[in-house]
Amino acid sequence: MTTVIKAPGESSAQRAGGGRPAAPSAGRSDGAVLNVFSHGFLAVWAVLIVLPLVWLALGSFKTDSEIGGSALSRPTNWNLDAFARAWDKGIGDYFAHTLIVMSFSVPLTMLLGSMAAYVLARYPFPGNRVVYFFFVSGAMFPVFLALVPLFFMVKRLDMLNTYQGLILVYVAYSMPFTVFFMHSFFRTLPTAVHEAAVLDGASDTRIFFQVMLPMAKPGLISVGIFNVLGQWNQYILPSVLMQPQSGSDPERYMLTQGLIQLQYQMGYETDLPVLFAGVTLAMVPMLVVYLSFQRQIQAGLTSGTLK
Amino acid sequence: MSHVARGRGRAGFIAGFLVLPLALYLTFVIWPYIQTFGYSFTNWSGQSPTFDFVGWENYAALMEDEVFRGALWHNLLLLVFVPATTILLALFFAFMVNAGGRSGAGGVRGVRGSSFYKIVYFFPQVLSLAILAVLFGAVYRSDEGGLLNGLLIRLGLVDAGRPVEWLNDPDLVLWCLLLVVVWHGVGFYLVLFSAAMQSVPKDVYEAALLDGAGRAQTFFRVTLPLLWDSVQTSAVYLGIAAMDMFVLVSTMTSGQFGGGPDHHSEVMATVLMRNFLYFGKSGYACAMGVVMLVLTMVLSVVVLRATRRDRIEF
Repeated sequence: MTTVIKAPGESSAQRAGGGRPAAPSAGRSDGAVLNVFSHGFLAVWAVLIVLPLVWLALGSFKTDSEIGGSALSRPTNWNLDAFARAWDKGIGDYFAHTLIVMSFSVPLTMLLGSMAAYVLARYPFPGNRVVYFFFVSGAMFPVFLALVPLFFMVKRLDMLNTYQGLILVYVAYSMPFTVFFMHSFFRTLPTAVHEAAVLDGASDTRIFFQVMLPMAKPGLISVGIFNVLGQWNQYILPSVLMQPQSGSDPERYMLTQGLIQLQYQMGYETDLPVLFAGVTLAMVPMLVVYLSFQRQIQAGLTSGTLK
Repeated sequence: MSHVARGRGRAGFIAGFLVLPLALYLTFVIWPYIQTFGYSFTNWSGQSPTFDFVGWENYAALMEDEVFRGALWHNLLLLVFVPATTILLALFFAFMVNAGGRSGAGGVRGVRGSSFYKIVYFFPQVLSLAILAVLFGAVYRSDEGGLLNGLLIRLGLVDAGRPVEWLNDPDLVLWCLLLVVVWHGVGFYLVLFSAAMQSVPKDVYEAALLDGAGRAQTFFRVTLPLLWDSVQTSAVYLGIAAMDMFVLVSTMTSGQFGGGPDHHSEVMATVLMRNFLYFGKSGYACAMGVVMLVLTMVLSVVVLRATRRDRIEF
């Protein structure tokens, strides 16, 4: 029914627009030129984004002399040798280290961040605003400001170059964003559900874990993705905290750190295909995560920052 | 009775939920931040447990430090150009994507393929800075193997015998780094501005169209004023990013923790790290941290004040 009404309205509007004297042809062609113009710019930028990434991935299939030769040379050997060598050079280990740290740090960030955000969002108590502001203000300061004392703090706890040290630091530095985001999310949840649960005799703790947390799932997913991206891409914290402390101390480099390490190493050994393969390997999982969660990322980004 | 018990239980619950997050946050974030101020007044080397209080000596030395002053200047340059370039490009693309494709029907809509552009433009945002560093290190290679030189030589714009030394040329290095930051950031701000544009009611645009406003007019008279809040926030974010720059400079340029050639790409963060981890001057490095913090604060206040306008409700 509605479509029947709509359709003629639209076509008449079109006719009216087209039938206007004098203007139409000029207006049309002007619009067309502008469309070509804007499409042109948009397309150029899209090429500028994609071209370097594809070029780099292709580099993994070149030989070292081909990389050093002309940038536009086509790869000759389409085998995965360079990927295998990159894996042997430690990319596999760096992946493992990063996954170990994140399999603890991300869930812990989500749990502790939600707990704090929940209490701050729904329980008025003296000092509530102060604590909230305290948590959120951490996002304002540059990490560099804290770096020197942080290093010695972690050293004093004997946690330099340990997974648990880096996990705790990641959780702490992810707190401002997580609390800020989940705080605004918990505020939007209806109070009626909470009251019903209280009447049923559920304790505060139970309500949080069995009612509120499941209801906050969309928010948790958004924050979760951002924490995954943020911690996966972190470079400064591991490069200060994750260095072997003695000769016998094994290296536990994170992926980003390992890539930079690989860059130095491959520069000397002049095996650039390995470097390019390593970067491609590091890039692919993030692109897969991004493409599969692209909607949530863009939605979460706008709801998290536009308030 | 039960009421009292409940009240006490609730206080316990609140405390119980806050204690762990707060403890972690205080230990690893807040306390180091505070300590930095204290250490910045000492001659602490970082190695020895002992140190002396030296008052404002570190700060006075900072003012004399040529390298640090150069780094400060570079940060200020980036502070102007990173937000300006990124925001202008992102606004332009966001407008094209959301309102660029004006059809004959008189409606305002995005160009065809707008969701495709949004997805592709955001790509760089999910790549780590370490990946960017390696990627652009290869793009900027100073021989024919670099993507940029390779293309320019193929186009005949650059002599193959003398390719451009992008990252080794004192006059070019900072701008090369700037381009990486812009390349990385535009997609994020495009998405941000797009969301803000989409929250503007359609009839505002339609009214402007009926009044005969062109594209440029629609943009400057309608879109931009309604987006002002997001532009402001973006300027602050980008300013903070321009204050940092550590990863790119330290990994893409020459020198211990980067900064080369001859300190022409030095930023405060790289000078700080070199003094801390290489020269063992922890107190001095802390003073730099404090200067960075103060500048960040000043920046935020200045941006928010300077760009203040009456808020437009819609």
